[in-house]
Amino acid sequence: MNTISKIKNTIFSDPDRDRLLIIVFAIFILMSVLRFDKFVSVTNIQSMLYSFPELGIFALGIMVALITGGIDLSIVGIANLSSVVAALIMTKLGEGEETQFSIVILAVLSALVVSMLCGLINGYIIGSIKIHPILATLGTFQLYGGIAVIITKGYAVYGFPNTFIFAGNGKVLGAPFPFLVYIAVVAVLAVVLKKTAFGKRIYLVGSNNTASRYSGIRNENVLLKTYMLVGILGGIAGLIMIARTNSAKADYGASYTLQAILVCLLGGVDWTGGFGKISSVVISVIGLQFLSSGFNLLRFNNFARDFTWGAFLIFIIVFNYYMHQKDEEREKRRLSLQRKRPQKT
Amino acid sequence: MKNLIKRQEFYISLVIIILAIIIGAKNNTFYTLPNIFSLGKSTVVMGIFAMGTLVVLLSGGIDVSMTAVAAFSMYLTCKWMVDTGYNGSIVLGFVISMGIGGVLGLINGLLVSLFNFPTMIVSLGTSYAFAGFIYTFISTRIVNVLPKNMTNFSKSEIFVSTLENGRKVGLTSAFIIMLIVMLITFLILRYTMLGRSIYAIGGSQSAAERAGINVKKVKLLIYPFVGVTAGLAGIIHSAFMRNSNPFDLIGTELNVIAAAVLGGANVGGGKGTVIGTFLGVVLMVLVNNSLIFLGIPSYWQRVTTGIIILLATGIPAIARRCSYAKEN
Repeated sequence: MNTISKIKNTIFSDPDRDRLLIIVFAIFILMSVLRFDKFVSVTNIQSMLYSFPELGIFALGIMVALITGGIDLSIVGIANLSSVVAALIMTKLGEGEETQFSIVILAVLSALVVSMLCGLINGYIIGSIKIHPILATLGTFQLYGGIAVIITKGYAVYGFPNTFIFAGNGKVLGAPFPFLVYIAVVAVLAVVLKKTAFGKRIYLVGSNNTASRYSGIRNENVLLKTYMLVGILGGIAGLIMIARTNSAKADYGASYTLQAILVCLLGGVDWTGGFGKISSVVISVIGLQFLSSGFNLLRFNNFARDFTWGAFLIFIIVFNYYMHQKDEEREKRRLSLQRKRPQKT
Repeated sequence: MKNLIKRQEFYISLVIIILAIIIGAKNNTFYTLPNIFSLGKSTVVMGIFAMGTLVVLLSGGIDVSMTAVAAFSMYLTCKWMVDTGYNGSIVLGFVISMGIGGVLGLINGLLVSLFNFPTMIVSLGTSYAFAGFIYTFISTRIVNVLPKNMTNFSKSEIFVSTLENGRKVGLTSAFIIMLIVMLITFLILRYTMLGRSIYAIGGSQSAAERAGINVKKVKLLIYPFVGVTAGLAGIIHSAFMRNSNPFDLIGTELNVIAAAVLGGANVGGGKGTVIGTFLGVVLMVLVNNSLIFLGIPSYWQRVTTGIIILLATGIPAIARRCSYAKEN
């Protein structure tokens, strides 16, 4: 096999993803045609690169949970709790200029530890106590968000050191920092899911719980680690969120949960578990970002965006349904041809 | 007795009773008639929502669009009534709201039954689409002055009794509507072929198909039912609020689902009762409205709601595992 066809085979290996890619490309073309001067400008592309990583990372977290056959509705709650903790550390301790950097590091690390602990609790409740994931994380969403409300008394915490604000608004080599974080998260997650035994187990637990147990996998253990991973992803997204807005509050970004689920479903992640591709989820979040930036430039209001997202989701699943039917028919025809051939000889 | 311990209704009643005792001991105004009546009023909207949710959960589905459907139908109905200066019987308003809800529910039903799509995905998409549709194409402005008949309806009360200080208190008559909805749901689930089919589909869809149940038809009927209950809940909510805000209700759908599941409805389908669901609603309302009686600051509310959900679902899960371990 030569290199070109090899590349072709890896890029176009999944018909669902190809269709998604075509649709996203079509959105890009459409928006460019409608508002070329604004949409394909450096400022717009820069602003898109700043704004989509939050949703992108939340979506990756939800994706991992969906692959195990579960879901994590508490991910935004985890993000809020851990970012409030980081915010309090930075605003209460970060007075002197010299200590700034070490305090930012301390704040970030404690946020990640908090988010991991939240994930651990989720994983224990879902994996070992065996409460349905929707309910368990609905409960912990209230719990984590509620703890964040209690420690802030419901007020916003703001005024972070410049080193930290850089993480949300700075640039490294011309690339926005949040975007670089997103790329790093995607790379690490891809390695974890594809190259490690743990990644394989996540898929196996999701596709067949019983089979994975009989093949010697300790499902509770896998779920525990999975939700810890989801929690850390939530924590990272939360940190970017507060760095970008320079303030933290217990009830920021509640609408991200449903948007992240939407991104995953558009990206073809299987609701019942066992299937989901990082690449498709990345394409899907970029597509939604094109849509929403385009709508902003076309001066649509936010509600029109909600409407289109919902309609878009329904459109995609109906579209994929008919495409799958076509694929199946083609497959059937191919099989029937194969069956006929040996009869002739 | 053994059966009783295994039932979710038992645990949920226990939690309610314990909570009521604690709250009552802390604050003796809890057991006064005005408070009990006001709690009753708070259960109405959620109780009606929960009946639709119960039916969907029983069939193995999950519907997160019912609050968007409710907001859509109540807002459109109220806007129509105000714009045309309608001043007739409120029954027509109810019927229109329920009708709009039914049509929106039918859209869900068609997508679910014709294409066999996962219900969560469909309802997630339609909830965005419905809510976005009102805000984009209709209006975002609150309808402030409702027709007189609607305000009169929200003021009408039953069991009116006079307190010592001469104040009159009563239970809102919408409570009866909730009881009727519950009774109808109960009768459908218990005594009709349709109801038994819903349980059967939730238990195992392929088994139900083999038993000769027309799964598509049943699914096509479930979602309009959810829509109709949502439309009813929405218009009653508007009447209670004395205005119609298209942003109301949306965002409470997960609380309603949680209430139904607290009452023993199984997210996988096939299990759940009307009485259990009602108890779940009562518990949710009690937690949301009565923390203030315990002297807990209102910013503690989210944490306690979370803990109650986790306890109410966790204790039976642990109990089930213990009894399972004993048997083996």
